Amino acid sequence: MKEIYLDNNATSKVDDAVFEEMRPYFCNLYGNPSSMHFFGGQVQKKIDEARSRVAALLGADPAEIIFTACGTESDNTAIRSALEVFPNRRHIITTRVEHPAVLTLCRNLTKHGYRVTELNVDGAGRLDLEELRKAVDEDTAIVSVMYANNETGVVFPIEEVGQIVKEKGALFHTDAVQAVGKIPLNMAASTIDMLALSGHKLHAPKGIGALYLRKGVPFRPFMVGGHQEKSRRAGTEATASIIALGKACELAGQSLEEENTRVKGMRDRLERELMTIIPAARINGGGAERLPNTVSIAFEFVEGEAILLLLSEKGICASSGSACTSGSLEPSHVLRAMGVPFTCAHGSIRFSLSRFTTDDEIDAVIRELPPIIHRLREISPFGRELLK
Amino acid sequence: MWDYTDKVKEHFLNPRNVGDIPDADAVGEVGSLACGDALKLFIKLDDNKERIVDAKFQTFGCGSAIASSSALTEMIKGKTLDEALGVTNQEIADFLGGLPEEKMHCSVMGQEALEVAIAKYRGGPLPVHHDHGHDQEQEGEIVCKCFGLTDGFLKKVIAQNRLHTAEQVTHFTKAGGACGGCIPKIKELIAEVLGEQKQDAPKKPEKLTNLRKMQLIQEVLENEIRPQLWTDGGDLELIDIAGTVVQIAFRKACAGCASSGYTAKFVEQKLRDLVSDDITVEEVAQ
Ligand code: FES
Repeated sequence: MKEIYLDNNATSKVDDAVFEEMRPYFCNLYGNPSSMHFFGGQVQKKIDEARSRVAALLGADPAEIIFTACGTESDNTAIRSALEVFPNRRHIITTRVEHPAVLTLCRNLTKHGYRVTELNVDGAGRLDLEELRKAVDEDTAIVSVMYANNETGVVFPIEEVGQIVKEKGALFHTDAVQAVGKIPLNMAASTIDMLALSGHKLHAPKGIGALYLRKGVPFRPFMVGGHQEKSRRAGTEATASIIALGKACELAGQSLEEENTRVKGMRDRLERELMTIIPAARINGGGAERLPNTVSIAFEFVEGEAILLLLSEKGICASSGSACTSGSLEPSHVLRAMGVPFTCAHGSIRFSLSRFTTDDEIDAVIRELPPIIHRLREISPFGRELLK
Repeated sequence: MWDYTDKVKEHFLNPRNVGDIPDADAVGEVGSLACGDALKLFIKLDDNKERIVDAKFQTFGCGSAIASSSALTEMIKGKTLDEALGVTNQEIADFLGGLPEEKMHCSVMGQEALEVAIAKYRGGPLPVHHDHGHDQEQEGEIVCKCFGLTDGFLKKVIAQNRLHTAEQVTHFTKAGGACGGCIPKIKELIAEVLGEQKQDAPKKPEKLTNLRKMQLIQEVLENEIRPQLWTDGGDLELIDIAGTVVQIAFRKACAGCASSGYTAKFVEQKLRDLVSDDITVEEVAQ
């Protein structure tokens, strides 16, 4: 069975061109970029090129890019660095809907004497900037607000957030793992001090990420050891992966427009058709600005894992914000923070498209999903009422 | 992705006995939309009101919840009410070739719905379970507010399934899986159940055949000693019994634990107290 892969916010296909770019750096060009000989030196050149490519996608300077192992490492590095830089500031601000890479860290830090404010969101997943304005004070070391939400695709007004943060002199970090490559970014005209990105969400392999660190922003490394990455991140460079990330960023820059036209068009069509055909459904975050590739849709009276399993039978890969798939027993923290009604909180499904998604694949979902929901509602003691 | 058995998948994809029985003799409802799963079970009895001739269900929940409901209806058809009451959640799981531990609460939900249905049919108080709504009196005190679970119900599941960690209780009942506020109380309940089991433990017998002695050693290890180690994340395995020498190997947290020598002594003392004075315990590396 050929898969219909609509789970690109979880991870994405490595672009063939990206793979070709990295391939020589395993068995042939395996030199250590730190070496003095030509063999390492030629790898160093490719790494420089990769750094420039990543910087170009972000509208940043190459010197502002630090390669890491993943988005989570970048997030952890940024937040811990800010706390070390400001030892007298004991307050962190984040949001209730952050990715665990940020949220778990912040919650752990409360055990070490830090005060953490988790900003609320409204029913559409939007931040209340007034709440932020009230929360940030002279004790705030860092504000970490995600660029776009992985589950709903809701995009936060990052520059407005940044303005408020800067007024109080705190550092501003954003987890942009879902945003990079999907919406245009320009660090040159931004309030962001630090930004985390992850390779495998934009068609590079897993195990490579980057941290954007604005020039002049004080920094303390998370990993110490060798002098790699200008002593900002020790450890021998993951050369092939870094080169892959560079290529992936170059391609992402070239397909930004496609993401916001063709991909968005497919997402919109999927959403529209499903909402027309299936009764008692709602788009999570529908009232907010969203990523062009993501739709989170909730169906009343059915449970997400059951939907996913039946979709999977048809080769369709999606994900759910529901409890049962993750082994947790509650709806996702994002949907709970948004106050999604309990009648459908357990029945949310996320489709996340990419530039590799085709119209035929969208057609297949529009064809296969409605009968699945109907069937589960027939089995459900609550859904039967609806069908009458 | 869950590692579901083929039987679970098959019962999920082709659930048996979905629907309702308009003139059902007994109906049992457990769970709710807010909880994330719910089951409504319909039972029809034969003319003598003895045997179950038909059973149907409606389930809101994940794949294994639907499969467990389907399995339950298949299992109870043809049984008398008393026989049906004897069906345990483990048997439902076994019927399906096993469930991932995190999903055991699905089988518990099946057993529960059955008990509620039969209790309602027979009249009298409902078994100590979920919040059944407010129409009928219920016993016990609510321990887990998030999922509306009583102490009586939790203790029963703990005892029946020999649960020994709060995490397992969450897997089997969902208690503790939301806000987590009830976890300390769950730990108390586990300790209570372990304590009660200990009291019923057999006293040291007078004279033993060799075979009986070996059986007894195994029982004491299973019922008395391992559950205690589990509470600290440890475990042991019985390697051999040669005469009065019991060879054990420590597992999990106990393996390589600095105080394992002390633990071995504890095991020896237990076996001497409960089986025979001449037992010695040897720790072997395996
Ligand atoms: S009270 Fe049990 S999980 Fe919240």
